[in-house]
Formats: sequence, structure tokens, C-alpha cells
Amino acid sequence: MARFESLLDACGGTPLVGLPRLSPTVPEGAPPVRLWAKLEDRNPTGSIKDRAALFMVREAEESGHLRAGDTILEPTSGNTGIALAMVAKLRGYRLVCVMPENVSAERVQMLRMYGAEILFSPAAGGSNQAVATAKQIAAEHPDWKMLYQYGNPANARAHYETTGPELLHDLPTITHFVAGLGTTGTLMGTGRFLKEKVEGIRIIAAEPRYGEIVYGLRNIDEGYVPELYDASVLDRRFSVGTRDAVLRTRQLVEVEGIFAGFSSGAILHAALAVAHEAVKAGQPADVAFVIADGGWKYLSTGAYGGTLNDAEEALEGQLWA
Amino acid sequence: MAIEVRIPTILRSYTGGAKIVEGAGDSLSALIDDLDAKHNGLKGRLITPEGGLHRFVNIYVNDEDVRFLGALDAKLSDGDSITILPAVAGGALGFAAAAALLGRHPSNRLATASNSTEG
Repeated sequence: MARFESLLDACGGTPLVGLPRLSPTVPEGAPPVRLWAKLEDRNPTGSIKDRAALFMVREAEESGHLRAGDTILEPTSGNTGIALAMVAKLRGYRLVCVMPENVSAERVQMLRMYGAEILFSPAAGGSNQAVATAKQIAAEHPDWKMLYQYGNPANARAHYETTGPELLHDLPTITHFVAGLGTTGTLMGTGRFLKEKVEGIRIIAAEPRYGEIVYGLRNIDEGYVPELYDASVLDRRFSVGTRDAVLRTRQLVEVEGIFAGFSSGAILHAALAVAHEAVKAGQPADVAFVIADGGWKYLSTGAYGGTLNDAEEALEGQLWA
Repeated sequence: MAIEVRIPTILRSYTGGAKIVEGAGDSLSALIDDLDAKHNGLKGRLITPEGGLHRFVNIYVNDEDVRFLGALDAKLSDGDSITILPAVAGGALGFAAAAALLGRHPSNRLATASNSTEG
């Protein structure tokens, strides 16, 4: 336990806990294969995004781009917005979030509670509608400032300077690191740090595979790859569908008592895949993966109960990660 | 040899609206050639004129990104399941909006690309 000068100083330093029941059983005499969960829901606003939000705001302040009283505009589908809203409140900025309307009610409520203003883009129009909405807002408010988590090096640096070193300190025998792929900041920052320090470490991405509405582009050339993304940092990349993500999220709470959001279930799914491969190969493995946030914000989806089919249906068209 | 291929909405104009089609081939490039023979023009949307996988196309073999499995040389077996998706990044809608904002007002971007990254 420790004490901190303020909530912002309490960011990071999250626990790494073993999963003795979900770790695969190895044959007698074979080397151990163990799963470890980094509980990022223990950050100030309950998600891994606190690290990036804090680093991005701090970097913008230090470089003079952000001044007291400024309005920050950030397109976000959830956790980054909540994290930024908290940091903005404590550092004296106004936050406006642009987000699609197909996110969970809790995310919207939390943003408003922290004082953020929300501008919705219609879900039905997909990315194109979000683009149109954002363009219009930017045209009306040219003085608002963006931190742009998808291309902001401070996002990845947060993980290079904090998440990575914490993992190495707590698990020097780490062989695999598994995290979600969104802005790519967590994987790029943590991955680069661990690759420099741990020979042979494998960095694995788990990417949520959503319902079709999310991929509603007019043509392939409208696709997006975040500027932060560098494929050379990764060794493997899994696409995890809603059903697998829900199944693993339920296992986390039922078997290990960890109540997590659905993106963490997707990450566990990929972590289990590599853990079972290690067992097959007879190799020792310490697989660390990220619990990106708790399950609280997703309770209203109803996807924690009922059949998997019900859950899949409930999350169809939602951005669950 | 039958391999199931999931086609994204955006490319279904090539498959007569079919969500799932079947193909054959012992590598991804062989499969794509086979698909193109049945669904003329599909290959041109997946492969660049230079012969590489299109930057904004992600192809997964049994849920794993082929770029980490040898890309077009990735080996395929009977019963494999292929998913083709446009690259849209996590939280796609937010990202789309962000990208549009950047294009509209580059001066508002607080992060500078020239900043050194990690390390």
C-alpha cells in the first residue's frame, strides 16, 4: 500500500495476479504454464486509459499546446473519454467528446458525471456519419484542441514508461504479453519496452471483431490504421468475436473472481490460445495479459447472464471494447 | 479442398451478396486466385498492383492475422476458416471521426509526429 499526493499520482502501479484455475494443466514433470492478469481496472477511473490520458495531457501542457481553460475535443467510444474527463477536471480543462450513439449507457453517464459534454454521431451511418459529424463540429469550433490518441506518441509512451516496467518488475520470467488492439498504444509501448529487455518475448494482440455495422465503409480505401501502429512490435494478432469474448469474460468472473469488461475476455481468449500452445510444445510460459477495465460499465447490456446466443445478440452492433 | 471464406459487406457486390463463400487452395494466394475465378474482381480489392496485401484489408485464418503467418504465402488446410475485414481500428467510429478532424484542422493536433517515440 502507498499514499499519493493526488488521484493523478495514483495512476498505474496496478496488481498482477496469477490465475491458478484458468491456467492450463500441464502433464506431470512438464514445465509450468501460467497466466497472469494485470488489473488495469484498478486505475483512478477504472480502466487502462488513465495512463494514456494522463501522459497525453501532461505532454501537451509541457509542450505549451494546452493552456488552462482550453477545450479538449476527443472522438472516443468510451474509456479514453472517461479518463480524459477526470484528468481534464483536475487540471482545469473543458472536455467535449464525440462518440457514436451505440455505446453502453453507463459510459455516457460516467462521462457526464465527470463533467464532459457529449456530441453523438448516429450509429446507423457507421464511420462515414462519424466523419461527417466530426468535420462539422471542427468547422464550428476551430479553437478546440485534440489529443488524438491514435497518433499521439505520449499514448504509447505511457505504457513504455509505466506498464512495461511494472510487468518486468513483477514478472521477470515473462514469456508472452497479450493486450487489446485499439489505438495500439498499450501494445506498442509495453511491447517495445519488453522486447528491449526480455529476449524472445512474444507480443500478442487481441483485436475485437464487432458486428457488421462497425465495418460500414463505402470502400476499402476508407480504412484506418492508427499512426501509432507498428506491426514489427507484434508477433501475432488474433481477431476475437463477440461470442468468444463473452464466454471468456464469464469464465474470468466464474472461475477466478475477476469481474471484467468484454475486451478483457477477448484478450484472455488469445492468452489461453498461446498458453495451450506452450503446453503442447512442452515449454514453460508466463503469459501476462491485460484486464482493460471492470464489468460495471457493461452490466446494462445484459450480456453477463442468459445464453451465449442472447449475449451475442445483446452486443450486436455495440462497441463492446 | 473446401475453405470457408467470410466476405465483409463492402465486398459482397463481388459475391452476389453472399456472406460466406467457399474456395480452395493450399496457400492464401492460391485461395485468392480461386476466389477471383469464381467472383471476378475480388482479387483486385484484396491485392495491390504491386502484389501485396492491401493496407486496409485484414485477412484472418482461423481468427489469426495472416500478416503474421506469412501473408499471401500463409499455408491453408481443408476446413480452415477465413475472415476478410476492412481495417478500421478499434473503436472504429471514434477513429474515423478523429482522422477526419485531423484532416480538417491539422493545427489542432497536439501530438507532433516528429516527437521521438519510446526509447
